[in-house]
Amino acid sequence: MTAKVAAAPRSDWRAPFQKFRDEHHSLTILLIWLIIAIALPLIVQIPPLSTFQPQIVWVDGFAISGIYILLALGLNIVVGFAGLLDLGYAAFFAIGSYTFAFAASPQAITHLNIPFWPMLIVGALIAALFGVLLGAPTLRLRGDYLAIVTLGFGEIVPALFLNADALTKGTNGIGGIPQPSLPCIGDFCVKFSFIDPFPFYFTMIGILAIVMVLIYRLLESRLGRSWMAIREDELAASSSGINTITTKLLAFALGASTAGFAGVFSASKLGNVTPDQFLFVVSFTVLAMVVLGGMGNPWGVVIGAFTLYTIQSVVLKELNQFFQSQHVPILQNIDFVQYQFLLYGIALVGMMLLRPEGLFPSNRRRRELHQETVEETDIAPPTTALDES
Amino acid sequence: MTDNDALPASAPAIATPATADADALLVADRVTKQFGGLTAVREVDLTIPRGSIVSIIGPNGAGKTTFFNIIVGIIEPTAGGVSMAGRRMIGRPLRAWIEPFVWIAPGVLFFVLATLIALAGQDEIGVGVIIVGLVVFAAMLLAAVIRPRWYLNMLQRFGVFRSARPNEMAAAGIGRTFQNIRLFANASARENVLVGMHLKLKSNLLDAFLSTGRSRREEAAAAAKADELLELVGLKGRGDALAKNLPYGDQRRLEVARALASEPSLLLLDEPTSGMNPNETTEMRVLIKKLRDELGISVLLIEHDMHVVMGISDHVTVLDHGEKIAEGSPEAVRANPKVIEAYLGTAAT
Repeated sequence: MTAKVAAAPRSDWRAPFQKFRDEHHSLTILLIWLIIAIALPLIVQIPPLSTFQPQIVWVDGFAISGIYILLALGLNIVVGFAGLLDLGYAAFFAIGSYTFAFAASPQAITHLNIPFWPMLIVGALIAALFGVLLGAPTLRLRGDYLAIVTLGFGEIVPALFLNADALTKGTNGIGGIPQPSLPCIGDFCVKFSFIDPFPFYFTMIGILAIVMVLIYRLLESRLGRSWMAIREDELAASSSGINTITTKLLAFALGASTAGFAGVFSASKLGNVTPDQFLFVVSFTVLAMVVLGGMGNPWGVVIGAFTLYTIQSVVLKELNQFFQSQHVPILQNIDFVQYQFLLYGIALVGMMLLRPEGLFPSNRRRRELHQETVEETDIAPPTTALDES
Repeated sequence: MTDNDALPASAPAIATPATADADALLVADRVTKQFGGLTAVREVDLTIPRGSIVSIIGPNGAGKTTFFNIIVGIIEPTAGGVSMAGRRMIGRPLRAWIEPFVWIAPGVLFFVLATLIALAGQDEIGVGVIIVGLVVFAAMLLAAVIRPRWYLNMLQRFGVFRSARPNEMAAAGIGRTFQNIRLFANASARENVLVGMHLKLKSNLLDAFLSTGRSRREEAAAAAKADELLELVGLKGRGDALAKNLPYGDQRRLEVARALASEPSLLLLDEPTSGMNPNETTEMRVLIKKLRDELGISVLLIEHDMHVVMGISDHVTVLDHGEKIAEGSPEAVRANPKVIEAYLGTAAT
């Protein structure tokens, strides 16, 4: 259903919508998110879905899936826009989470008591800072080498939080992280708690909508163009006066700051942070979401992340229950949740073979991965064989 | 006019004016590049006066492209240097050992300060000072990576010199094209030119986030200017076509448009007519002449085909096996027996 909402303004037969989108792009994004925010809790009350789990559990899942969508949107900046393969992205998620834990939890050694809302920004800024610091040594690397170095960082950060016992309480993590609070307006109060997922859900949608607007604005700006340029040809970009170092660092910083948002939100939503929330699995899952959804296209990434999360948290469980209740011979004994990475793997292999650009790719990515298709038939295909040495 | 005394190779100052010829836009001074035992370029001097078209010709493998890559900051020379508008840009690093001290010193200073404060019994303040020190240290480390202007100016004050990077050469006013076309293939022609305009656009991250009127006006103006440039090089109406779908000659012209977008004072063209048919070659020559005559842009042309450069160059330098074997007016060069020998081989005796 998300797919339909997201894709609607793109189709050709809706010229007025398209015109509206072109003129008020940011407003369109906000409106789409508003529709999603209202539609999702209602859709899950329709019979086949409502039988799976109660509405409150659905909405809680949506709020958590929002964390993964945010992470995927952030990683998309680094991987999809700037073309830098980052396998240690969970490190920034961890830094965001621990930042909020240190700033707000009464159990942390810092004993600060800073509320959620300012920390949302501070967490993002601190994650961005670490994005720059971790990005700086990798600037000369590309492709495989960059992936391995970032993989290392992704392992170092949780290991650090795990082993710095005195500060982080090691495996136990930091608990007692407070939920956000809002001042009451008259009698109308919004109370964030573990029982009621709706405030978290709407907060998450709000964050996603704003992040999305900002990402699209970036994409259409000078910086977005610079990312395209360094992804396509770094030497030509630098000869055009683009400072490839700052441009890459900005990609790392902005990607990390999005993970910082996700981290602060996640810490507050779950109420605790432990190092095992930020293992390599997270980096990998988020990367799979980006690849599956369509690198470089924020809406595609949103759909990819949402789909993967829902499959992992709902569909596989439901599949188990369904096969067990129907007593299907072999299938009833298989725990699909345990096999989720096998299924991821199969899905990714199939994806790379059949549709390497992802489900909903950006136009440019599609062109990059299908070099042979010449879209404008009235123009002669490029000659390439004439280079000297 | 001799180029050799324009810039002594050992001059520590970065802003040494080109004394011999104030009109010189770019001065290459005894540029040498060795790859292992192979000397690709040996002590080549070159002066490009403002508003002139200078050509470097030579047979294949003469070191033309290596020389070119040294000028634009891609390859660091083994010896010699390049200065642009009297400012030394490329050369061997000087007093590079000072640089680590520049970014370590502030952090160490804070650390010493913190120790002193701690000794005086003010632990709390000491911790604060150490944290500030760490932040300063991180900031300096980052500055050393990014090399912003203030950092370079500071290094200059300490007499440290390091070669400019390609983007810094572009900022100094050099636009270039590539021998094997390097367009952003999957972007439209207009976007390619817009990337070239990068240096001329001022909107920052905040402008982009807030989508301010300033940034939107700037983008609109830039798109209009990009179309003008496309028209100038003869690609009118092709702005929306993907770069990779353009015919070969158009791709070359698009590269010129992209290079022009940064409003360079010097345009470096690496074999701009290679792979072109005679018709396209003539058009390119007309375009190069037009750029010089109408926009006042100096041009450095690299060619291995002598005939292309003869009609339009003011000055021709001939390289062979990395060495300059002749220079002068096109006519003089064409008559030079050494040049004929390099191109045609030694006459039988």
